[in-house]
Amino acid sequence: MKHALSILVYNQPGVLVRVAGMFSRRGFNIHSLTVGITQDPRYSRITVVVCGDNGILDQIVKQLDKLVEVEAIQLLPPETSVRRGIAMVKIAAGGDKRSEVLKLAEVFRANIVDVAEQSVTIEITGDDDKINAFIELINPYGLLEMVRTGMAGLARGASTIYDYERRDCYEQIVL
Amino acid sequence: MRISGAQIIVECLKEQGVDTVFGYPGGTILPFYDALRDAPIRHILTAHEQGAAHAADGYARASGRAGVCIATSGPGATNLVTGLAAAFMDSVPVVAITGQVPTALIGRDAFQEVDITGITMPVTKHNFLVKDAAKLAETIRYAFRIAGSGRPGPVLVDVPRDIQTAAILFEPAAEPADMVPFAVAGAAVARIEAAAVAIARAKRPAIIAGGGAVAAEAAPEIAALAAKIACPVVSTLMGLGAFPASHPLFLGLTGMHGHKAANNCIHDADLIIAVGSRFSDRVTGDRAKYAAGKTVIHIDVDPAEIDKNVAAHIGITGDMKTILAMLVDRLAAGDNPSWWQTIAAWQEENRLPPAADKLTAPWLCGEIAVRTGGGGYIFATDVGQHQMWAAQHLKIETPRTWVTSGGLGAMGYGLPAAVGAQLAVPDKRVIHIAGDSGFKMTGAELHTVAAHRLPIISVILDNGGLGMIRQLQHAFFDRRYTACELPGVDFVAFAAAFGIRAVSVDTRDGFAAAFAAALASPDPQVIVAAIDPADLVSPMVPPGAAINAYLDI
Repeated sequence: MKHALSILVYNQPGVLVRVAGMFSRRGFNIHSLTVGITQDPRYSRITVVVCGDNGILDQIVKQLDKLVEVEAIQLLPPETSVRRGIAMVKIAAGGDKRSEVLKLAEVFRANIVDVAEQSVTIEITGDDDKINAFIELINPYGLLEMVRTGMAGLARGASTIYDYERRDCYEQIVL
Repeated sequence: MRISGAQIIVECLKEQGVDTVFGYPGGTILPFYDALRDAPIRHILTAHEQGAAHAADGYARASGRAGVCIATSGPGATNLVTGLAAAFMDSVPVVAITGQVPTALIGRDAFQEVDITGITMPVTKHNFLVKDAAKLAETIRYAFRIAGSGRPGPVLVDVPRDIQTAAILFEPAAEPADMVPFAVAGAAVARIEAAAVAIARAKRPAIIAGGGAVAAEAAPEIAALAAKIACPVVSTLMGLGAFPASHPLFLGLTGMHGHKAANNCIHDADLIIAVGSRFSDRVTGDRAKYAAGKTVIHIDVDPAEIDKNVAAHIGITGDMKTILAMLVDRLAAGDNPSWWQTIAAWQEENRLPPAADKLTAPWLCGEIAVRTGGGGYIFATDVGQHQMWAAQHLKIETPRTWVTSGGLGAMGYGLPAAVGAQLAVPDKRVIHIAGDSGFKMTGAELHTVAAHRLPIISVILDNGGLGMIRQLQHAFFDRRYTACELPGVDFVAFAAAFGIRAVSVDTRDGFAAAFAAALASPDPQVIVAAIDPADLVSPMVPPGAAINAYLDI
């Protein structure tokens, strides 16, 4: 089971190591991780997608909460959040394959970001499922290389990570 | 007022009420040592930085105040690591201040440069590399606040040499740093009510006192809870002292080498109230069997401990003193004659027939317990067989009189920790119990003992090797003993090299006389007690087995 978490951290040297180190030290599995600045230069925001059951997720949240530089944590369940990642895919689509590849890209609303004699590079934005589906379909055309970002996400509606309140006690399974 | 960064560190230590620091100088920390020279802070020069870290840890465990250790960059800093890890595993407030190469040299593999914040990240509660001189004071203050608040732990502050020599504007803290008390919020109150209902229904309740109970100063509340419902109390290795060992409700140590009455009690209980225990593998053995058929009430300061190792039916986090007091208020007084009948049968089994008159560690620890029965002593141990015998057979009556490396199990911990404890609490006398091998690791700290004429009594249980390793090979490796024999050390001569009086004994009478003489003398003492290498710690539960699956050894 995959879960996306948004983590607001103080923008300080070493903070990414500290967060990532907690995951590796305790054997939690990171599926993807992105980090970037926010509108407030004092903070950065990490979106991490992790694998595990509810018990593991509960531990991850509590252990993150203990890190001094972690200011807030928000869960991003698929029903109540938007999650997007980007993939760039380089296809060996010269000659007669090219039109099929371009058509497929259009269906997925992907962008062509580079065209050369022997290759096309396509940028696709979307949630994990959409990107995975696109890659599966484009692969047979001659996938030369690809690169993916992790997911970034925000909760739907007006709620923000700033609504987070540090909990002082927890249910048996909090989430 | 502009003063040097080094002076700022000193001023901040003074603000925190630090009276003693343990350390070892080196190039990059020298500006601080220069400032320390004129400060009203006692510096204890240890034989090794590991000793400084363990001493700061022992100081903190015995006193409850944060211990402070100092080291230089590079090897000085790396030598602290074991000590910091020991403090981290046992949640002990320690602040380590290390020198670092000047900021302009960081990252250039300068002489004695290591990335100590990187190295210690997994074994500290938090750490800092101070790169901005203007933030030095607030960083030191924050370090103490982090170390002492919530679940305590070690914090390292790495201070480059140029930050120590920079002239910085210093403003004294407005008032002493205040700890934010843990409020027990609404949800916790509801859970305390639920716990009271569950406890009232329980037929076979038991209380487990862990190290967190000592850290939270919750001993009186545990006593009140146990007394109110006539509930048996067991203690983890770290919890010893949280409940008086001689109390009739106390069943002893629980865990891998726990007393049978204590382990049986936990196994058969229908409800356990764990106070400040993290359900370590050495406490639970098989975690699934451990919790099967019981209601688990888990009270801890750290929310992450709830459901980490053992799922709690009712998890309550916050200040344990307050939570327990609220729980006691919600419980009706009761006794539990049928449960106690069962327990009494186990306690009867516990009483081993007195062995022949050979000098054994259990007898020796019992003798120490009798001779020190009036109180006024702190017991520090190393790690291994002797540690388990001490935990089983000493009588730890009050909190902070038991200093041992539980979680990390760091051999070599005992003597330097004893030094720290003795300096922290001069009106109690530290009895240090060690094995010969652990003593060899950090025995050079006898130099520190001698230099300050610390009245520590070191009892070395000498079986000429690694007793616990031998025991494990005996039990699990078909008695193929390997790398566990280290005979032939003259510890009496070793102690004499530091000017410390030592005697060697190999009989009960000999030990009794030597210990009585040691108690009568105000000086440091070493007693080397020869015991049989074949002696095994019993009971023993194999790692990962149910806690009543005693091994027949």
